[in-house]
Amino acid sequence: MVQYPRFDLAELPLVKPALRSRWPQFVVRVIALAGFVFAIVAGLAGTPVGSRNFGVVFVWIAWWALLMLIAVPLFGRGWCSICPIPLPGEWLQNGAVLGPQGRGFTLGRRWPRRLRSMWIQNGVFVAVALFSLVVLTQPGVTALVLALFLALAIVTSLIFERRAFCRYLCPAGGFIGLYSQFAPIEVRAKEPALCASHTEKTCYTGNADGYGCPWQVFPGGLAKNTYCGACVECLRTCPHDNIALNLRPFGADLLKPGGRKLDEAFKAFIMLGSAIVYSAVMLGPWGELKAAAYSVGSVEWLVYAAGFLAGVLVALPVLFLVAVHLGRRLSGSKVKSKKAFTSFAYALVPLGLAAWIAFSISFVFANLSYVWPALSDPMGEGWNLLGTVGVAWAPYLTQAVPVLQTAALLGGLAWASMTARRIAGEQLPKRPALQQALPVTAFCLLVTIGLLGLLIG
Amino acid sequence: MSAERTARIIVIVLAVGLPVAAVIAGKAQSVAGQTIELNGTMSEIGGWTPSDITAKAGEPIRLRLTSDDVIHGFAVGQSSLPALDVKPGEVTETTLIFDEPGKYTFYCTRWCGPNHWRMRGTIEVTSDQSVSYQLAVEQPLYLRLGIDIDAPHPADVIPGGAPSAGRGAALGIAIPVEYLTTEFYRAHSPADAWKRLRDEPFTQGLTDGQVWDLVADVWRSNTTAQALETGKKLFAQNCAACHGENGAGDGVMAESLTGETHSGDTLRERHDTKAPADFTDASSLLGASPALLHGKIVRGGMGTGMPYWGPIFTEEQLWSVISYLWTFQFDLEGNG
Repeated sequence: MVQYPRFDLAELPLVKPALRSRWPQFVVRVIALAGFVFAIVAGLAGTPVGSRNFGVVFVWIAWWALLMLIAVPLFGRGWCSICPIPLPGEWLQNGAVLGPQGRGFTLGRRWPRRLRSMWIQNGVFVAVALFSLVVLTQPGVTALVLALFLALAIVTSLIFERRAFCRYLCPAGGFIGLYSQFAPIEVRAKEPALCASHTEKTCYTGNADGYGCPWQVFPGGLAKNTYCGACVECLRTCPHDNIALNLRPFGADLLKPGGRKLDEAFKAFIMLGSAIVYSAVMLGPWGELKAAAYSVGSVEWLVYAAGFLAGVLVALPVLFLVAVHLGRRLSGSKVKSKKAFTSFAYALVPLGLAAWIAFSISFVFANLSYVWPALSDPMGEGWNLLGTVGVAWAPYLTQAVPVLQTAALLGGLAWASMTARRIAGEQLPKRPALQQALPVTAFCLLVTIGLLGLLIG
Repeated sequence: MSAERTARIIVIVLAVGLPVAAVIAGKAQSVAGQTIELNGTMSEIGGWTPSDITAKAGEPIRLRLTSDDVIHGFAVGQSSLPALDVKPGEVTETTLIFDEPGKYTFYCTRWCGPNHWRMRGTIEVTSDQSVSYQLAVEQPLYLRLGIDIDAPHPADVIPGGAPSAGRGAALGIAIPVEYLTTEFYRAHSPADAWKRLRDEPFTQGLTDGQVWDLVADVWRSNTTAQALETGKKLFAQNCAACHGENGAGDGVMAESLTGETHSGDTLRERHDTKAPADFTDASSLLGASPALLHGKIVRGGMGTGMPYWGPIFTEEQLWSVISYLWTFQFDLEGNG
């Protein structure tokens, strides 16, 4: 078992009462829901100009910046713990908005066993990604996508138990889960043995203090962040105060050999590939590529979509497979090809996260100034609520952006190389492990050089 | 009050009340007067958003103009409103009031990209009165004269050098009034006029070149120095990008209109485009009547990718531009 230092943040003054109380999280989630509904309303009824519409500016600039630059790298599934999308469905499911009481409306079915994986999330993410240029720039389309997710979450809650939408359908939930393995925060049982002996398992079944794990995981057996929504319901329902909110080293989950799966591995490829494609399309100098990505339904777009799918789902994994295979030949490893491929894909988690951070830095700092006019005039009706409507567009931190991007990408490369080396070391002695990890590191280096070229030029 | 009830009130106030209040406030605003955020991007990535605006006659429309990429210009066709620059990162505000119902065209006045000419939108102005409006628009002259503006119009006679209105006037010949009417000028090409004049008894002693000078003089009699100046300015702003500053069809955008099709250049793919007209080519321009040129400018097309200017230029502006086009063949200056 991989050991690493932990510090239980819940032991800090006021933290545990704040987590145990339902109110703080409830208020934050309701505010987030208000913003979410407002984004839909603004998208449908507000100005059709993307850079002036609250929906586009707050979802794709402000929220995305918060998510990719802060929430995911530092808090893992922190966003999921306050995400408003499943809220209305949960309320209907629970028959209450605050805490356990009464009966709700749901068929309470279990999610089909065959579909218990990240594959659907992979598919939904790729499907949305193909239309992303339109979704990201047109308020009406943004609103429809958000409304669709809200409706889907409600319907899922009415049919299935717990937060099935978050766990199995949400396209953001998939990559947040994967990248949360890197985050320095975890919800874990302090003494798993105590959980095992606790016959009621209130963390899973719920009690008067909270709901049974909405994410369908048993906290006592939790080893990785991937499917833990950090909602801290288990911290509320555990009668033995056996749940901790740990501060831990970055990337701790990546070094755990257990639970590595092909669907998560492909999520890593999809995310890394998408970061490369988005960097080329949105930030690259190729107007024709951008025009093709924008002209949904045209022949050019079909070519772009085919290229996107082929690159992300075929070319990148095949290239990686070659690197892994080369490593096996060099090291003489007897680990089966599929297992080696799946295991080493987790080295792409820090690289992919770094790629998304570097990509997000580009457009977030370039577009963050759109937030001020959108706050003052969220519907594009000519209001000036906060007196900031006249704030001119200006890119922020233009000098620092390339430095930060380079630092993120090189940091990601270093972390990916180290992770690859450690994964190789799980089954091989030192020298063969190096030989096994070398081609994977070379793959990561190639991707990093490509991204540096695309983002910094 | 129970905690659950308090929580439900918070939900209703925040998650329902806030968006509903915003919509109501938005509606109230729109009743008080219309404010429209009009965003410009190069035509290749969207042009004007929104591209279609509706308004009511006599009611102000407050436009907040923004640009996402380069400097665009904003003007309303056939209006005296001066063009506004729309700079990226700045909000340019203007208020329009349309007294008459109708469909107005607004357009970009800056060369913002290869498809700049397509960066247009419409403002449909309706009246509170339920009667349907009908703009009293006269049929363009080329239709009334039955001119096929898509047909080739080569001149079967062309001058040896540039005809001069000044030299024509200096000949001291009293040209019959029928040649000097606006109707004659607009309905005839210079080549036709030359042939008619050549057959006249009073040109018997003149060389062919002198008859061409007379044609130039006739053409000058149908314009003014001010119209030529206006035409020159409009040509430089709107036509020179494709037709070239010197009218040779070699403007900076000309190359992008023709040549091999390649992916992403929608203009090239949409049109199997011919090169922009070369006004320095006597055999082409001198075979065209002013009415034919008027039709080409008003309607556009002709397989050249030329935009239509009917909703943009006033009649006076159109005739000024046409007057200026003749200067690529005629010397219209000099004493007359």
